[in-house]
Amino acid sequence: MEVKVLTKHYDKPEYRSLEGYKKYGGYEVLKKALGMKPEEIVAQVKEAGLRGRGGAGFPTGVKWGFLPNNGEPRYLVCNADEGEPGTFKDRMMMEKAPHQLIEGMLISAYAIQSKKSYIYIRGEYMEPYRIVEKAIQEAYDAGFLGKNILGSGFDHDMDVYRGAGAYICGEETALLSSLEGKKGQPKLKPPFPAVEGYLRKPTIVNNVETLAAVVTIVKDGPKEYRKYGTEKSPGTKIFSVSGNVLKPGNYEVPLGYPLKDLIYNLCGGLKPGRQLKAVIPGGSSAPVLTAEEAERATLDYECLAEMKSMLGSGAVIVIDDSNCMVDLLKVIMHFYHHESCGQCTPCREGTGWLDKIVGSIYKGEGRLQDIQLVEQVSKHMMGRTICALSDAAAMPAISFVQKFRSEFEFYVREGRSKVKEVIANA
Amino acid sequence: MFELSKEGVEFVKKEMQRYETKRSAIIPALYKVQEENGGWVSPECVTYLSQLMDLPEVWINEVLNFYTMFNKEPVGKYHVQVCCNVSCAMNGGRELADHLCKELNIKDGRHSEDGRYTLSRVECLGSCGTAPMMQVNDKYYENLTKESAVQILKELP
Repeated sequence: MEVKVLTKHYDKPEYRSLEGYKKYGGYEVLKKALGMKPEEIVAQVKEAGLRGRGGAGFPTGVKWGFLPNNGEPRYLVCNADEGEPGTFKDRMMMEKAPHQLIEGMLISAYAIQSKKSYIYIRGEYMEPYRIVEKAIQEAYDAGFLGKNILGSGFDHDMDVYRGAGAYICGEETALLSSLEGKKGQPKLKPPFPAVEGYLRKPTIVNNVETLAAVVTIVKDGPKEYRKYGTEKSPGTKIFSVSGNVLKPGNYEVPLGYPLKDLIYNLCGGLKPGRQLKAVIPGGSSAPVLTAEEAERATLDYECLAEMKSMLGSGAVIVIDDSNCMVDLLKVIMHFYHHESCGQCTPCREGTGWLDKIVGSIYKGEGRLQDIQLVEQVSKHMMGRTICALSDAAAMPAISFVQKFRSEFEFYVREGRSKVKEVIANA
Repeated sequence: MFELSKEGVEFVKKEMQRYETKRSAIIPALYKVQEENGGWVSPECVTYLSQLMDLPEVWINEVLNFYTMFNKEPVGKYHVQVCCNVSCAMNGGRELADHLCKELNIKDGRHSEDGRYTLSRVECLGSCGTAPMMQVNDKYYENLTKESAVQILKELP
């Protein structure tokens, strides 16, 4: 069963407008928050155990706690650069409930005492951009943004910024570089953005879903929020399911939900006659799970970490037995090669080599030692670069060749896919 | 020589005021230039923008070359971007791109002979649950079949 906390009213088209949003209690939580002390809100978010929904899963309240008390202006930036392959939840949230995001941002901005925020939306999301831009205007007109919001004495301005096509801008320091009008290259941490971010001022970058969840936490309190989910992964989360399921889409479930129930119950299972082969549980950067692993996985940070994969952005890509793993890895490696920003040698060269090696296997020109080479190159790409893109390319590469080695070996020996043949003869 | 329309110049000047630094206005300004220059940004557009914004050309070129949504070569009236990333690839995205090349008379895999279409095979556009999909200029078209995609493109004005 889905548990609709964030998405409770998403089926109502009017929820997109300010009027509609207010009809279902919209901006009431902001009123409540403005009557609280900022540090109380930070404490509640910490107590609720909310973890960043963009991919890294870092505790939100702890991140907020890194802000220095040096009197400098603070910025809040919403990361809506959703680009992790398989992920399409933030897009839905902005399209269906832009005011929920704005309210979450206002509450968060008040909690961290920020007077200015930006929503950085990926360039391709033109429709969400227009919707969010309109919603911000509505919020200004209604007095939820601007000076002395609801008579509280709290001032806040919000604006939206459109990216221009670069996966790497989902990485927070790259996003901030892009927001400054530069190429989106990541920066070394520390200093973390909380200390030195946008224009070298203290900045908090949070994902769309994370900021929306703040509304729920302040509305119901941390205890109620923890009613769903597990001890270490509290709350609900929206999973974007794609690939070979009958009913792909976004589904909100409590963290800790069994992956197999998501696939077979909520998403209607696979096409008739097909068998589950593999699942990528958290976007293309997450190590792939075999069918057997997927059957026993639960969707929470700790279970997937134990399985040496990750929850990531919650993008579940379901792969049935009609797919060739060499082919899919080729697609994934091409992606990371294309998206590497080029700053760090292990990533720039490594993603290029992985793309070439897997590509040559795919073309039937591979040698058996190339499979090992994929692993070797990948291992040298991990933990050696400014940001996580290099690791994000290496992890799927290693997991694909390790878990589906016989398929790669067959491909190298025969110069063709094992799967396509099986399917053709079926 | 390239020049923005009066409305375009006003837009850029407003964007230069909108953010904390005028450098942040480079991305929106490039979008505007691309729109008014028939879908792409030429070297002379960059020189023009550099003068208009009073910013170094190298800053504008850095942005132009880093991001995929700016076209550095002329494109057709309709820029058709077909997603070929994982979920779309699993649902026929690549075959869709091949099919469109055939049906739209795109022989070099890039531009149709009449200049009406330019086709790009692109990475994830966040439409994985509605694969396969394509983006035509600003607009997403989802849950496509080979037939529906061709029909959509042929019916565009």
